[in-house]
Formats: sequence, C-alpha cells, structure tokens
Amino acid sequence: MRTFLGMPATAPPGVGHLRGEEPFPAAARRALGDAQLRRNLRHATTTIRTKSGAVIGEVPDWQQLRAAGRAIKADAMARLPELLEQLEAAVAAAGGTVHWAADAAEANRIVTELVRATGADRVMKVKSMATQEIGLNEALEAAGIEPVETDLAELIVQLGHDRPSHILVPAIHRNRAEIREIFLREMPGVDPDLTDDPPALAAAARRHLRQTFLSTRVAVSGANFAIAETGTLAVVESEGNGRMCLTLPDTLITVMGIEKVIPTWDDLGVFLQLLPRASTGERMNPYTSMWTGVTPGDGPQQVHLVLLDNGRSAVLADQVGRQALHCIRCSACLNVCPVYERTGGHAYGSVYPGPIGAVLSPQLTGVADNASLPYASSLCGACYDACPVMINIPELLVHLRAQAPHPKSEAAAMAAAAYTMDHPALYAAAQRAAKLSKLSGPRGRGLPPPLSGWAASRDLPEPPSQTFRQWWAER
Amino acid sequence: MRIALFVTCLADTLYPEAAKATVRLLERLGHEVDFPADQTCCGQMHVNTGYPDDALRLVRRHVRVFAPYDVVVAPSGSCVGSVRHQHAMGARRAGDERLASRAEEVGRRTYELSELLVDVLGVTDVGAYYPHRVTYHPTCHSLRMLRVGDRPLRLLRAVRGLDLVELPQAEQCCGFGGTFAVKNADTSTAMLADKLRHVLDTRADVCTAGDASCLMHIGGGLSRLRAGVRTVHLAEILASTETIAARG
Repeated sequence: MRTFLGMPATAPPGVGHLRGEEPFPAAARRALGDAQLRRNLRHATTTIRTKSGAVIGEVPDWQQLRAAGRAIKADAMARLPELLEQLEAAVAAAGGTVHWAADAAEANRIVTELVRATGADRVMKVKSMATQEIGLNEALEAAGIEPVETDLAELIVQLGHDRPSHILVPAIHRNRAEIREIFLREMPGVDPDLTDDPPALAAAARRHLRQTFLSTRVAVSGANFAIAETGTLAVVESEGNGRMCLTLPDTLITVMGIEKVIPTWDDLGVFLQLLPRASTGERMNPYTSMWTGVTPGDGPQQVHLVLLDNGRSAVLADQVGRQALHCIRCSACLNVCPVYERTGGHAYGSVYPGPIGAVLSPQLTGVADNASLPYASSLCGACYDACPVMINIPELLVHLRAQAPHPKSEAAAMAAAAYTMDHPALYAAAQRAAKLSKLSGPRGRGLPPPLSGWAASRDLPEPPSQTFRQWWAER
Repeated sequence: MRIALFVTCLADTLYPEAAKATVRLLERLGHEVDFPADQTCCGQMHVNTGYPDDALRLVRRHVRVFAPYDVVVAPSGSCVGSVRHQHAMGARRAGDERLASRAEEVGRRTYELSELLVDVLGVTDVGAYYPHRVTYHPTCHSLRMLRVGDRPLRLLRAVRGLDLVELPQAEQCCGFGGTFAVKNADTSTAMLADKLRHVLDTRADVCTAGDASCLMHIGGGLSRLRAGVRTVHLAEILASTETIAARG
C-alpha cells in the first residue's frame, strides 16, 4: 500500500525502533515491579513537572503562544510538499545537499554511504530522535562505522547497551549509582576511583567526549526545526556537546523527519518560547545552534540534510491523526502522564514513549503493529493540557482505538451491549439479571477474564436492592 | 425549573443512591425533576474502547430522548463530557451532520450536577448538613473536559458540619479510565495505590467525587484494603440534611 504522495504507507518492520517485542500491558507489568525504576521516575517526573509549571506560570500569554504554535504547525502540515521543496532549494542555494529518504532503510543507506565517502570509521552524534527511530547506530555498526553518542544521557544509554526511555531525558530510568557502574565498566580510560557525585560523573564524561570532539571528522545530528524560507536548520540542547558536533567536524549529516519544517524565521520565535518552558522548565534554551548550508572557512564544509518520511505521509493523510505530526518532542506529555510515570518508557516498545508515543508510533507503523499502545492511557487528559502545541492526544487515542484490531469476543460483547442498551426493556431486564447472577462471585472475585483484572485489586460494590429506574417507577 | 435527569447507566444500575440524592436535592430546592424512561447509556464505553459504530445507536437514542428538555442534569462529569464532546464528533465521523447539530444542542443544555447548581440555579449553599471529615477527588473529566473548577469545593464548603480536607496531588488520575482498568489492570492498580495513599493520608472518613465511576474504583480499592474509609457521591452529601442524613 502506498499513500497519495507515493510514499510507503508505514515504517517498515525489521529496521529501527518503533515496535515493541510484547504488548504494553505485559511490558508494563514487569516495569511496575521494578521499585528502583518507579522511584527514579517518580522523582524525575515530579521535579520536571514542578519546574516547568513554575516557569509557564510566569508567561501571561502562554495560552495564546500555544495557539500560535498549533496554528503554525497546522499551516505547515497543510502545505508540507510545497514547504519541503522550498527548504530543499534554500539549503541547496546555501551550499548544502538534500537527500530524500522514503523510509528507515533508505535513510540508513544514505547516511552510511555519505560517511563511507569521507573515509571515516567513526561518527559523533548529536542527540536525535529521528536517528533512534531508524536504528542508525546499528546500521552504522553493521557497516564498520563506530557511532559515538555525545549527549550525556544518550552516552549513558549507549555505554549501558540500553535503550532510551524518555524523549528528552533518555536515561531517566538510571540513577547516579547505576551511571557510575556503567562508566566504570564501559568508559575507556575512566578513573577507577570515580564516585557517584554528579559533577564527578559529568567530568568523566567530559574527558571522554573531549577526545571524541577533537578527533572525529564526521557528525550526525537531527534537527528540531528547519526554516523553509532560509534553509536554516536548528538544534536546541542544554549541554553544548551538540554545538561541538555541529561546528568542529568537516562533514555534518542531519537526519530530519519531514514534519519538522516551519515556514519562516519568525515562526521559530514562537517555538523557542514554547519549547524550553514546556520541556526542561527553563526560561530560555541554553544552546540554540542554527546553520544555513555551508559557510566557507567556518564550520563543516560538507553539509547534508536527509529528509525522512518513514510513515509520516500516511499520518499526514489522516485528517484527525495528522495532529501527531505537530509534536516538537518537548516531552511535557510524558512528564505529566500518570501511566508513563509508573511504567517508564521501555514498556511502550518504541523510541517514542508516553502519550505522544502512544499516538505517533501506531500511526507510523500502522495500528495493527502497535495495537496495544492506543489503550495505554486512562484518557485523563493531562497530556492535552500540557502540550505546548495543543495536540488533542485523548482525541487521537480514541481515534486510533477505533482502528485497532479488536478481540472477537470483546467485539461481540460490545455489539450485544449496544443492542441491549438501545432497547430499554431489554436493558432493564439485563440490569435485574446482572444483580441476580452469581457469576461475579463475592464482590467480583469470581469474574472471568478479562474482567478478573478488575477484581485482582478492587472489590465490586454490593448490588443495590433495586435500580434507580425501579425506585422511580415505584415512587 | 423543570429538569430532566440523565441518570447514567452506572448510577442507575449500581449507585442508585447517587441518583436518588440528585432527585431529592433538586426537589428540595424547589425544582421539578423528570426521568425520561427511554434513556439508557451515553455510549462512552463504546467510543473509548474503540467501537464508535456501536456507540452511534446509543448517541441517536440519547439525543432523541433528551432533545425535548431545556435543562438536563447528570450526576457524572464523565458522562456529561461524553455527551458534550463526543456525541457530535461521533455523528460527524459517521457523516450525519443533522444528528451532530442536534447532539451539540443537547450537549449545550446538559450539565454536571455542580455546574447546574452553581451556574444555572445560582446556589452554592444548598442547605445541606453532613457532619463528617471529607476529602474531594476532582475526577479527570470534570476537571479537564468540563472545567468545573472549584464549583464542587464551593458547594462542599457551604455544607454545615462538614470538615473538608485537601487531597494531596488531587489532580492525578485514580487509574480508572473505563476499560483501561481491565485492559491495563496492573498500571491502573499502580495509579490507584497512590490515590489511596493520598486519601488515607488525609485521615478523612469519606472520599467524595462527582463521578460514580471513579468512586467505584477508589471505593473498590478501599474496600479491598478494609481501609475503613467510604466513598460517597457529591450528590448524596448535598442531599443530606439534619432530618434526612446520608450515610457517612
């Protein structure tokens, strides 16, 4: 199946990290039993939530800013083909080269060939969700090229042979004692007396990375924004390690999802106000790097942009679902989500966890391949309130649940319930029958699966002696 | 004022006391309550579980039954949220624009109990008496779909004898989420554990809310733990007086 733009309808299986190995409830069950993980997540999400809430409270026009962010994204999605061609022309005019990748496999091939052409056997990486999505590190390693993550948290994940569990804080599931152990085990030349004091851990990472920055000639990045009118790419980060990668090497290769394009330079101003407050709880982003093609004699002299589809055209074709493409990867929805706070990111299987992951991953892969994710939410709505571009995530979750394959027995029960409830006499009879039935056992403990899940931790109420409508009729 | 009661299937079947209390309260305040007997369920469970086509017949029924009334009240923020925000959307999804506009009309005239009392009837002191220590859980859909804000708290503060204690992290979901509680029973239970801890921390005798569904969840957990704390619907507290006291 192909979309109206001729792109493959979904991200292909077997490459990248959009599909989990087991359904969410099973993965979540295991994560919930990890007391250390629960503690780390509770501490980290509570801290970010509190910080973010405080700085958002300082902005009197926050709601108008959110509305502006949503409007810019909706406009960009409505004329995405035109903006992408404008971006391509502007990047080329500034001396950069633009590549189009229909899916993860093609993007990995393009990047691998570009690195090979430089003769390098190592690349340094700026933290990037797009390259995690397509599994670029594995593809590079298979081609004999060593990728080095330079974002501190991504480095912890890479050295720990682990997977990121949060969009912004990929090692949120690790605490400092665990990080110390990983560094001692995996970091070349590490001080064996390393303590778990955060400045000591940061200093160890700095010594390790400085060597990489000064000796690596190729860097790979993602992009937070691309400005169509100027061909400018932007990366926002907190450590400055990204800026090292963006300025020191000879060759810079950027892999960017096609939805990251915005029309004008002025539009960037809206997002640079929204993003830091919503994501890290900072008033202003610490390192904002912007580059437009090649500047002779300054910075990378070979600049490439790989535009990644990988299912995005199909998402765009869904009038309701396309809101998910508005996401600016701030993670505010993760930090307020009561489900994410308890299960962490790995339970979602995809590199995109939390509420946005629950609506983005199934759309990129096709709902059947991530059928449990749209159900990984109590629909409490905290994500919608927190989203700086007002993505109606609860609406999207419900929209995707309607597309998910349903268990046959559940579908039959739902149809029967709807029929019964559309016939009041039958409905009243069913209410009385349910009350008399001994099926549910004492306080629901005899309920059959899947309803037994309820009774595992909760009693059912004692059935009343009469229903409301019986009481009303006798009144 | 003549007010139609949208009882909700859950209150009708399992929590009739909340619905009876709604009737008694409104009648005590001098209003006439009507119960259109052809009503059943708003279809929220079907929509939220992924069965919008099955839900459509329930949306049609709901709109037909309640269209003749100027004011409709339900003792549930969640079911009012469904009527107000999901019915028209479901009708549009099915391409039925006429049903969608009728659903919007019914949605505009349908109120959650605290909204009806404060906004439509203009009362915060309903003359209730309830001598118990109470904490209030602001259910997610009342809070974030309907934005009822502090209306329930204003009503509770005016109740004589009632000792209102603030619930820590009140705005966090209790973990019910309809079929979420069954499909993701473990995660739901983990969310409930924190909610119960906060309820118990208040040392309240009673946890109240405007939704029987969330109270069924919280109450089910408290009952399993033999915690000795009861859940009581907001309507029952507001209907309670010196002469007809509700359970505490």
